[in-house]
Amino acid sequence: MKYLDEYRDGRVAAKILGEIRRVTTRPWTLMEVCGGQTHSIVKHGVDRLLPPEIELVHGPGCPVCVTPLEQIDKAHAIAARPGVVFTSFGDMLRVPGSHTDLLRLKSAGADVRVVYAPLDAVRIAQDNPGREVVFFAIGFETTAPANALAVTRARALGVTNFTLLVSHVLVPPAIAAVLQSPGNRVRGFLGPGHVCTVMGTREYEAIARHYAIPIVITGFEPVDLLDGILRTVRRLETGAAGVENQYSRVVSPGGNAAAQGLIWSAFEVCDRKWRGIGTIPKSGLRLRYELREHDAERRFDVGALETHEPAACISGQILRGLKKPHDCPAFGTQCTPATPLGATMVSAEGACAAYYVYGRHPGEPVPVP
Amino acid sequence: MCLAIPGKVIEVFEDRGLRMGRADFGGTIRKVCLEHLPEAGLGDYVLVHVGFALSRVDPEEAERTYRFLEELDQLGELRAPEAEP
Repeated sequence: MKYLDEYRDGRVAAKILGEIRRVTTRPWTLMEVCGGQTHSIVKHGVDRLLPPEIELVHGPGCPVCVTPLEQIDKAHAIAARPGVVFTSFGDMLRVPGSHTDLLRLKSAGADVRVVYAPLDAVRIAQDNPGREVVFFAIGFETTAPANALAVTRARALGVTNFTLLVSHVLVPPAIAAVLQSPGNRVRGFLGPGHVCTVMGTREYEAIARHYAIPIVITGFEPVDLLDGILRTVRRLETGAAGVENQYSRVVSPGGNAAAQGLIWSAFEVCDRKWRGIGTIPKSGLRLRYELREHDAERRFDVGALETHEPAACISGQILRGLKKPHDCPAFGTQCTPATPLGATMVSAEGACAAYYVYGRHPGEPVPVP
Repeated sequence: MCLAIPGKVIEVFEDRGLRMGRADFGGTIRKVCLEHLPEAGLGDYVLVHVGFALSRVDPEEAERTYRFLEELDQLGELRAPEAEP
């Protein structure tokens, strides 16, 4: 496919690797923010090709992973109600809450449906006027415009039986939380390419300046990732903090202004709890007051939910780049994608799940690049 | 989750006030909302996430970045110290 295949070209990747080896003189720890990047890095073995001085740690950018257990339990309580059609992206179906998951609820008779586009959920509501259709609106800034479109469209078309269960998160406050963690080792970031197609690169300038670090907005294919690593290492080696855009074929400094306008027409910034990390101030989105009629948490009173996370799980430290999946004694034994204990194992984009799926098991010898 | 892939716009139409289209992703055709990407038209490549076109792929930027990467080792050779005769 055009604009994908050429960024998987081993010949070009080898050239970039040669350049990374040439410019690296000291150890550096880099974090890729986005779960899609983590998945691609582990799948293609990008981290194992790097010189030993360069360590990649995996960031908190997997929205499925960081959706708090309370919201998952709320989703399950709503989905189990008679008269409800619960719609969701496929990624959320297997995520375990305190008692069950959406797939098990579906097999027990609940009307749970996977949608590809949030607009499809609005269509389901139009086609089922006697039912309450709820959409589980999760995601980062990349997904926020599509989710905002669904709710504003429902409002405009007078579709009153459509509500959102919102659990949106934002990337910049998470980067700041990583940098403020005691024991932080991260010196540079591969920035989230697709988030920046919407938001642009400017909000990262302030972070780069404040913490004097390089942030290179990076794509998702192996060649993009290696290019992003090369640019970050070059900046670290020369002490050049600041923002650089590796993914300029789709990311502009201002981002997509129309999509940003759409986000702010539906959502406003709020404090948000992240699974494994805790509450980060101003790190999430909630529905604007004018759209409260479309807020599932107002429409369905699910009462107070008590949740607890397994004590053995170290996903909070993994999400902040302090530990790797192999540092966890439960990895691959007690905790697997079929029986996840916490955030980083529940989604294919979580660091633990990616390590598990691509055979990164403890004690396995690492091939010399 | 933030997976987005480039597809070629092969049809543009309107659906009750919303600018929509169809895009070809290597043979798979899907409906795409183009409302918030007015600059994208027929034949353009757009980056699509959950049915929503986020941005237009800029062919010149893609070409420029890629050519630079392809030329990397030549640049490296230029920088390398010259071998003793």
